[in-house]
Amino acid sequence: MTIAAGSDTIQELTVEELRAKVGTGMEISDPEENMLLSMGPQHPSTHGVLRLLLELDGETIVNMAPDIGFLHTGIEKTVESKKYLQGLVLTDRMDYLSPMSNNLGYILAIEKLFGVEATPRAQVIRVILSELARVASHLVWLGTHAIDLAAMSVFLYCFREREYILDLFEMVSGQRMMGSYFRPGGLWRDIPEDFEPAVRQFLDFFPTRIADYEALLKRNPIWLKRTKGVGVISGEDAVDWGMTGPSLRGSGVGLDMRKTQPYSGYEQYDFDVPVGTDGDVYSRYRCRIEEFTQSLRIIEQALDKLPGGPVNIDDRKIVPPPRAELGQSMEAVIHHFKLWTEGLKPPVGFVSQVVESPRGLFICYLRSDGTAMPARAHFRTPSYVNLASLPQMSKGLFVADAVAIIGSIDIVLGEIDR
Amino acid sequence: MNLDQLAVDKIRAAFPEAIEEVIDHRGERTLVIQSPQIVKVCELLKDDSELRYDFLMDVVADDMLPDSPRFAVNYHLYSIPNSHQLRLRVQVEDPEKGPATVAPVWSIATWLEAEVWDLMGIRFKDNKGLRRLFMPEDWQGHPLRKDYPLGYEEVQFSFSLDEIGKKKPFAEE
Repeated sequence: MTIAAGSDTIQELTVEELRAKVGTGMEISDPEENMLLSMGPQHPSTHGVLRLLLELDGETIVNMAPDIGFLHTGIEKTVESKKYLQGLVLTDRMDYLSPMSNNLGYILAIEKLFGVEATPRAQVIRVILSELARVASHLVWLGTHAIDLAAMSVFLYCFREREYILDLFEMVSGQRMMGSYFRPGGLWRDIPEDFEPAVRQFLDFFPTRIADYEALLKRNPIWLKRTKGVGVISGEDAVDWGMTGPSLRGSGVGLDMRKTQPYSGYEQYDFDVPVGTDGDVYSRYRCRIEEFTQSLRIIEQALDKLPGGPVNIDDRKIVPPPRAELGQSMEAVIHHFKLWTEGLKPPVGFVSQVVESPRGLFICYLRSDGTAMPARAHFRTPSYVNLASLPQMSKGLFVADAVAIIGSIDIVLGEIDR
Repeated sequence: MNLDQLAVDKIRAAFPEAIEEVIDHRGERTLVIQSPQIVKVCELLKDDSELRYDFLMDVVADDMLPDSPRFAVNYHLYSIPNSHQLRLRVQVEDPEKGPATVAPVWSIATWLEAEVWDLMGIRFKDNKGLRRLFMPEDWQGHPLRKDYPLGYEEVQFSFSLDEIGKKKPFAEE
């Protein structure tokens, strides 16, 4: 077996050496007795292209190291070489199960750079869509997590409801998934008239669907055996290892940025943060199921108070003028031309914006040097950090339990490798 | 009590020289810390009974080319008991002699610093876990640096026979 190391040197390695060497730097405690197993990158239960290097004693995991980077597309570098608006479409493609949450973090960071705030109507619409995205993302999680643990039918029910939410996204943005609907200073355009009744209909039927999922899983003995007491991590360890989102809340730490660092008007809504007690796969599952109900509560309140008025702020350096004005005002034409040729130019400075995505803390760090392209764009993606504690949770368990744990921390490889 | 100010006061009391600059921008406070003091300051911020910055959210490196010092590392801290956010910033002149790892304070730092090393090339002292996370094992260079080319794809097609000949593997005579 040969492997090219560096540009011009060739090293001779045995297959065993190669396995141990490539990718992870994991320390192997007993190379004589234990077996090394490479799980992935093409493996259905790793939810993408994640490779796990496992050291196994029989079927028990002695040590584990995640190996990532198979989906690395250099999104940060690309965003830094594009204008602010062009970078927006790339944020969709990081966490492709809830693009709206990524959009929100990026857009709020740009607005923070400018020091402006969206109009009340835009903020409420953003909240509605972010919460719908959370429900859609949790539905994919529930379906795939259940399919990993051999409960096949849940997947079909979950995707039926998810498709309804994607239709709602298509209604507002024209796209099922990669909407890029939130724009600096507001929204792409106002929501259509059919949107509100369609969301109300969703609010009506979705609680019964939650009851369906509960009937399938909550008291299912196989499900309970596979999830209860598996992959336990204490709240203290979870904080130390930077876990966030429902994965952290399952361990009893009620950290939710919508409550503690409210953005986009989340402080106006009345909702609870579900917190688990045991820190195992089952607790994390319960937290996410409870979040369905809480998201519905937020959406209902938001629809009730949806204010009128414009969806975009009246700042022509950020938002292009309406089409109707272009025929009458030379100034509007100039603004329109400058905005689409030169782009947004935020003042110099650096900011970071935290949002609570379905998976945990999403942080967008932007540094502007006064030009139309971000000098530095960094995304702290929750899946990437949650993955770090996977070895802590899996040691001493079976390989099959590792599958349950990967499902329970709800990783998306698109945002891990970005 | 204003937690921003409390943190500054506590650090100044314990390490008078540590804070180089305090930046306030858009309601976010950034403390620029001297590189050799970073671990001590982090320990103080985490262990102090009033501050309790128990959560390291993110480590971000910045490349300020052509400024000097060229690099900066941002640490985003969060205090869960106080619901408060703080950013520490360390200026780095030589990326090979970066700040010491803060892994003794927060375990997740090993993982976050590995990302910084892979993509920006700042070597954190005493961090044993620095490895190529995203890039291939044998990759040369660190892509997020400002002097790293974007790497547009080489043009594959040409009408010039000389250009074509350069790329063709001819059998050695």
